[in-house]
Amino acid sequence: MSPTPRTTRDPRSRPPVLLVVLAGVGIALFAVPLIGLVGRVPWARLPQLLATEIVVDALRLSLIASVSATVIALLLGIPLAYVLARLEFPGRALIRGIVSLPLVLPPVVAGAALLFALGRRGLVGEAVYEVTGLLLPFSTWGVIIATTFVAMPFMVITVEGGLRGLDQRYEGAAATLGAGRWTVLRKVTLPMIAPSILSGLVLTWARAFGEFGATITFAGNLQAETQTLPLAVFVTLESDRDAAVAISLLMVVVSLVVLVALRDRWWRSG
Amino acid sequence: MLLLSITACNGRSNEEVLVSAAASLTDAFSEIEAVYEETHADVDVVLNFAGSSTLREQILEGAPVDVFAPANQATMDEIVQTDMHLGDPVVFATNLLQIAVAAGNPAGVTGLGDFADQGLLIGLCAPDVPCGDFARQILANAGIVAAIDTNEPDVRALLTKIEVGELDAGIVYATDILAVEGSVEGIDIPEALSVVAEYPIAVMADAPNPDGAAAFVDFVLSDEGHAVLDDYGFVSP
Repeated sequence: MSPTPRTTRDPRSRPPVLLVVLAGVGIALFAVPLIGLVGRVPWARLPQLLATEIVVDALRLSLIASVSATVIALLLGIPLAYVLARLEFPGRALIRGIVSLPLVLPPVVAGAALLFALGRRGLVGEAVYEVTGLLLPFSTWGVIIATTFVAMPFMVITVEGGLRGLDQRYEGAAATLGAGRWTVLRKVTLPMIAPSILSGLVLTWARAFGEFGATITFAGNLQAETQTLPLAVFVTLESDRDAAVAISLLMVVVSLVVLVALRDRWWRSG
Repeated sequence: MLLLSITACNGRSNEEVLVSAAASLTDAFSEIEAVYEETHADVDVVLNFAGSSTLREQILEGAPVDVFAPANQATMDEIVQTDMHLGDPVVFATNLLQIAVAAGNPAGVTGLGDFADQGLLIGLCAPDVPCGDFARQILANAGIVAAIDTNEPDVRALLTKIEVGELDAGIVYATDILAVEGSVEGIDIPEALSVVAEYPIAVMADAPNPDGAAAFVDFVLSDEGHAVLDDYGFVSP
């Protein structure tokens, strides 16, 4: 091959045209519905549509539920990911499958399963109700459980991936230098997989913020109690489409800000 | 919506009739479809069931619907106001509402008065769905402020939660209680407080198959159609 002049770009960094075209189609698949939504936004009435009691209540509930689900996923999801990544035990593949199931299950199925297990007449729920009087369906607790069930797998999968990619020699070195297991975990392992944890946090939160099917099936739909933003969209779509579009826009903007801002951050650090 | 767009993509044969019907008509219209297709072998009736207000939205957004049968006049009126109908809507069935409780009535519900009890778990259909609208009219007639725990998206979702015992009581159509006989019990609502649900049917102005649509509507209104509806607990007007 003759040497190419320095002014043209290195052909190895230029992807095939077909690839770019297909990627463009992929982008359109996600962008076109978004444009459709934005095209329907009643901009002039937006502040008044979003200042209603329904929206304020739903936003508050959505934030409570999504942040709670993320905190629970942090507390339970990291240990679970650690066990799946580091411990050899029979049935590990099955456990991993069960933990990942909410990623692929229709959320309505997840909601029905939760109802049969944790409802007032459910397998576990009946005992809980009789001992504590606590009713999970039709309560904010139910919303938190439903969103956690659907969203936490994102944390487990992401952190497990981070742990598997980690060079264990660093942990070995720390242990050789006399650090206890807990210290190694806190001072070496967790800081090294921080990008995976952050990534898991963001994905978990975003999935929890958008949860609909499991919530309405398990926790029901009541303003200020169980009606999160996605449920408010569903209900207002039938009565006041402008309001539904306004709430949808609110959800898109909030989710997009979190995904773009935080994703960039972990991408750079990772 | 997905169903509708797939139907549209595939290109529709002349003899397909797309019927958008209220969720409470699920069993009765499925039977009518079977009976109708037996005698009209060249016709394929495609049924699209959902809450009436969802179906209305689909039609207003341009779904290629031939026949529309919602669970109340108000929903049909909105179609009529936008001139989306062909010929006047006709009421083909009526339905009563009943209080639904789980089999054996574990919470001991006796009537509408129990709907104000904070200690009971009460569900209604959402206010924008006909069954939710009717339920609220009935409670208003009775002067009761209900302690509602959930507004379900459609009557079948509400019924399921009553059936599995997660809700103590709700207000649904008498036909729905009949459909799940055994697992749900119905309690009559006093006639003076009750509301009669009327089901109108009409051919849509943009029907891709107006002749097939008209023939199907005629069948629903015929003695044969009414016989099926009667079997499922609907009352002929």
